[in-house]
Amino acid sequence: MPRSAPSTSSAAPAEPLLVIGNGMAAARLCEELVRRAPGRHAVTVIGAEPHLAYNRVLLSDVLAGRTGRAEITLHDADWWRAHGIGVIAGMPATAIDRVGRAVVLADGRRLPFARLVLATGSDAIRLPLPGGDLPGVTTFRDMADVETLLSAARPGVRAVVIGGGLLGIEAASGLARAGVETTLVHLMDRLMERQLDPRAADLLCRAVAAQGITVVLGAASAAIEGDGRVAALRLADGRRLPADLLVMACGVTPKIGLAMAAGLACRRGILVDDTLATDDPAIFAIGECAEHRGACYGLVAPAYEQAEVLARRLAGEDAAYPGSVVSTHLKVSGVFVFSAGDIAAPGEEIVLADPGLGLYRRLVLRDGRLVAAVLYGDTADGPFYLDLITNRTPIAAIRADLAFGRLACARVA
Amino acid sequence: MNALADPGAVRTTCPYCGVGCGLLATPDAAGGAAIAGDAVHPANFGRLCSKGAALGETIGHETRLIEPMMRHGEGPLGPVSWDAALDRVADGLRSTLARHGPEAIAFYLSGQLLTEDYYAANKLAKGFLGTANVDTNSRLCMASSVAGHKRAFGSDTVPGSYEDLDAADLIVLVGSNAAWCHPVLFRRMAAARAARGTRIVVIDPRRTATADEADLVLPIAHGTDTDLFCGLLVHLADTGGIDAAYVAAHTQGLDAALAAARTRVPDITATARATGLAEADVARFFAWFRETARSVTCYSQGVNQSAHGTDKVNAILNCHLATGRIGRPGMGPFSLTGQPNAMGGREVGGLANQLAAHMGFSPPEVDRVRRFWDAPAMAASEGLKAVDMFAAIGRGEIKALWVMGTNPAVSLPRADAVRAALGRLDLFVLSENVRTNDTAACAPHVVLPAAAWGEKDGTVTNSERRISRMRPFLDRPAGVRPDWWALAQVARRLGFGAAFAWTRPADIFREHAALSGFENGGTRDFDISALAGLSDAAYETLEPVQWPLPAGGGATARLFAEGGFFTPDRRARLVVPATAAPPAGEAEHPFLLNTGRIRDQWHTMTRTGLSPRLSAHLTAPFVAVHPDDAAPLGLAEGDLATVATRHGRAVLEVRGDAGQPRGTLFAPIHWSAANASHGRVGALVHDARDPISGQPDSKATPATLAAYAAPYRGFILARTALAPPPGSWWARLPVAGGHAWRIAGGDGPDLWRDWARGQVGAAALAEFSDLSGGQYRAAAFDTNGRLSFALMIGPKGAVPAWDALKDLLAGDRVGEADRRLILSGRSGAGTMPSGPLVCACFGVARDAIAAAIRAGAHDAAAVGAALKAGTNCGSCLPEVRALIAETLQPA
Repeated sequence: MPRSAPSTSSAAPAEPLLVIGNGMAAARLCEELVRRAPGRHAVTVIGAEPHLAYNRVLLSDVLAGRTGRAEITLHDADWWRAHGIGVIAGMPATAIDRVGRAVVLADGRRLPFARLVLATGSDAIRLPLPGGDLPGVTTFRDMADVETLLSAARPGVRAVVIGGGLLGIEAASGLARAGVETTLVHLMDRLMERQLDPRAADLLCRAVAAQGITVVLGAASAAIEGDGRVAALRLADGRRLPADLLVMACGVTPKIGLAMAAGLACRRGILVDDTLATDDPAIFAIGECAEHRGACYGLVAPAYEQAEVLARRLAGEDAAYPGSVVSTHLKVSGVFVFSAGDIAAPGEEIVLADPGLGLYRRLVLRDGRLVAAVLYGDTADGPFYLDLITNRTPIAAIRADLAFGRLACARVA
Repeated sequence: MNALADPGAVRTTCPYCGVGCGLLATPDAAGGAAIAGDAVHPANFGRLCSKGAALGETIGHETRLIEPMMRHGEGPLGPVSWDAALDRVADGLRSTLARHGPEAIAFYLSGQLLTEDYYAANKLAKGFLGTANVDTNSRLCMASSVAGHKRAFGSDTVPGSYEDLDAADLIVLVGSNAAWCHPVLFRRMAAARAARGTRIVVIDPRRTATADEADLVLPIAHGTDTDLFCGLLVHLADTGGIDAAYVAAHTQGLDAALAAARTRVPDITATARATGLAEADVARFFAWFRETARSVTCYSQGVNQSAHGTDKVNAILNCHLATGRIGRPGMGPFSLTGQPNAMGGREVGGLANQLAAHMGFSPPEVDRVRRFWDAPAMAASEGLKAVDMFAAIGRGEIKALWVMGTNPAVSLPRADAVRAALGRLDLFVLSENVRTNDTAACAPHVVLPAAAWGEKDGTVTNSERRISRMRPFLDRPAGVRPDWWALAQVARRLGFGAAFAWTRPADIFREHAALSGFENGGTRDFDISALAGLSDAAYETLEPVQWPLPAGGGATARLFAEGGFFTPDRRARLVVPATAAPPAGEAEHPFLLNTGRIRDQWHTMTRTGLSPRLSAHLTAPFVAVHPDDAAPLGLAEGDLATVATRHGRAVLEVRGDAGQPRGTLFAPIHWSAANASHGRVGALVHDARDPISGQPDSKATPATLAAYAAPYRGFILARTALAPPPGSWWARLPVAGGHAWRIAGGDGPDLWRDWARGQVGAAALAEFSDLSGGQYRAAAFDTNGRLSFALMIGPKGAVPAWDALKDLLAGDRVGEADRRLILSGRSGAGTMPSGPLVCACFGVARDAIAAAIRAGAHDAAAVGAALKAGTNCGSCLPEVRALIAETLQPA
């Protein structure tokens, strides 16, 4: 029975709920629980990073100096305290005792649970390059990486960022803003190739270049050179890119070691069903570490959707997670990019572009429905298109105005 | 003078129709002028129609020819000095004379020339070159009225005055859409109807806007006007309606005319059968005419442009002569002239069957004019009328042609054949004020830049015999000269300097006036010898005045009330019209194609086609067809259709019109190759013509109608002129800030995309494409962010209206909100398209009027008070009223 106020000294003790991982998925889960089932669980969040949960999406803004470190914290300590949620930060969990229904922490503590939620997120991929362990080589994943970069970033420093995806572009942009002479190296022939079609990618490339970033496409990294510290990136074609800093932003892999050790079913991620339960009905997984219907999501929106569904279930509701239609937003230095749906899928295309305004959008239709959208320059209508894709809304009636966005379509309806 | 007039205003005359409205033109500092009606001019008392009111929009120099051009061999035209151009003309005329004789030379003139220009051309040709091959586009317009007048009156005399329309109790309009073609006069008629209950009868196969204000509409079968007026003559005789005293004293031929009429249509029943009218309607018309002394019968192109036009005119005149209703207040036959100076041209002899000053080619007349002119080479007999003239050019018999101020490659029947004929000339001289039109595209050897309206200085005569000054109020571009000057310069080069020594228009006018009185003695109606001694200063300030104006006499408002016709016995003739089968379609060409004018355009649009306001009313060449004729052919409103005759074809937009008689089509005459890809309606018209007047029958060419596949429709907007892709259907019109093209055809969006990218360059183009949906749209902006180009093409019915984009084309930098939505066809502010323009004078669109009606403006006056719509020329009032009825109709 829900109670009206959080309490740890209740006559009927709350169920102990442990959350491993103190990232955005965990924070959202806690918010939802506070809202939907206050006091029902005795929640404790265990995080390896020595911080309260923060908005990882804004790390590039921190790097770029647009946002202070403190400002990206999702909730301050008072919030966690006020809602009775225990936070154990800077303390990795080392094992799950499924039989004993307890989690073992690095300091040896055992925390019992009735229910356990894994929200361990992912690890940045470190390319197995010679010299990859030289000082000055870093990933771009967490606050520690940002601290490393910030401490080194200043005018005159040369940086090479490997990876022309969302993270790599954000890292490069942040470094460039900090005055670093930045080169962005990408294996593919266009940036963000999974989210953008060639024209949008080309626009993005020009915009990135306009920020003073040197973009090297179709470039395979061969080795990191340096004597005691990174000095250059050598490419497979023999080119040598001098570097005082080298950032690997080549993607992430779900962090599933703990789950695997505990014998939970995993493939790329921890396998969950539509209730977000693992194959142990007391253990759940959400966020980047989870694999649902074959998909591991590397974005925050699905994590939030999963967190909400799980919170509703933990609150006793009958909720299910159907999977997410993902969309990608990129926003660096006034460049706005949005991508949703399967942009490589065959279908009918609607294209709207105004090079003079730096605007481009391409919509893909199939069977009278929107299946993909790429927006460049003005992404305000991204959510509108994402809704249409997600809900499989028939668009015949608004086809003529579809490319002009929500307001234009609303005038028709 | 008009006390209210701006002191800087110049009093002048409108260059459009034969009403001859007085204008006040106030030049501005930028080379333009504000145009207002002259409140004291007796033709209009300050009123203007939509065309006149928009004159200020048509006086820019963008399309003007401003220097003489000449062609060397087969090469292109290039600029030359006036001396070189005039030498070439003189040499060409001289060598043609020497090698082929005077009959190999022709002049084709225009009802838009000033009397002075006309006089100079006529004198040079008929007195000094010795050719009577001088004809004019008035042949297409007035010739049957001229011939009818001459047969009945012995002279080409319009007996009445406009004030008779104010004083009439019955106005019969025959073959006249005065509401659109003579709007100011029609407002005057409507005012009489409101003030004194004047009944208006409209006789026209086609239900036009004029019919909307009629008390009785007679949708007569094509070509049966003569039957109707023969029936009327019989009815008048049978009901005691003949003025026996007048007939006895002043006419001749009633008995024969009546007998022939009785044979033709013995009674009302027979008249109804012959004309396809309801018997009751015929009876009512006859009764009204019988009982109404103050009856005016106005007739225009529906009468004149006919293979039996002269007979139609005489059938009408017979009724007025038999009732003595002529030359008295509120009574008379009244020919409504189509051009500003058709009558002035007739005064000087601008037609091939006239010599000069209302004299013909009898030996005494030829001798009289020879003596007056001291002419060395008088033409002694009639020359070739327009259609015959161009046929002779086509056969290679006429070798040298000088065209002045008209566009025969568009306007003549079988216009494609005319185009071909023009290519055969040894010497083709064109006096024009625009750089390009269809005639200028026919490889003239010399093109002379003529003074345009606003620069011209001289006189014109309107439909009521009123001579008005056309005064200059704009500076002529440096290379431009008046036509009379060019003619006189050529005459001097040919050795006739003494006879062409004029230094100013007043010199010519005085000579013209003197000739009109020369050995006249009351034998010729046209006598303005009172003006022969006009000083230059008096010519400058000449007030509008009606002829006859003989020396020592006063102006004449009306003629013939007491007889005094200009036949040898001074009696009028009632004429027996020939019997003729009405025109009919042919097995392979089942429709009858009727052609005519629309409200806001004039002739071949070289002037009105510059005005965005005037071009917004009807935006593309169209064919009106009865919906029941269109449906079986699979034609819906706005579809394109091919109209073809034995002589040519055009592709026109279909307008369903229940007022169009079954089996007939109507297409406007205005579009040409200069503003439409497939709109040359003159090319379709047959060359059948009246045997007496030689006027072409432009109202009944057998034709076919068929769907033209054009699955894609759209438009182009651009600040500068461009050429749509060959093979596409297009119609161009001016819009504020540039040009607009309606486009259509089988070419899909991908082809238009390639074309647009070729025009503008892909990099600079904002584009919207939904190729599988058939849509392509593009826009381009100049360096200041102003819209410079836009294209939209898509499936018919699925392309946005152009209104929002048109507004942007006229505007300054396009704001980002507007620009982001521009290819949706909407403005960022959310303003929806405002619908087609209804009131051209004040630029009021249909939606605005509908909104005002819904807001309580339940009659035309209230709409006018709210929006000004319909308060100037009033020619949109029928549409306003229809809109009121439609809007207030209970759902």
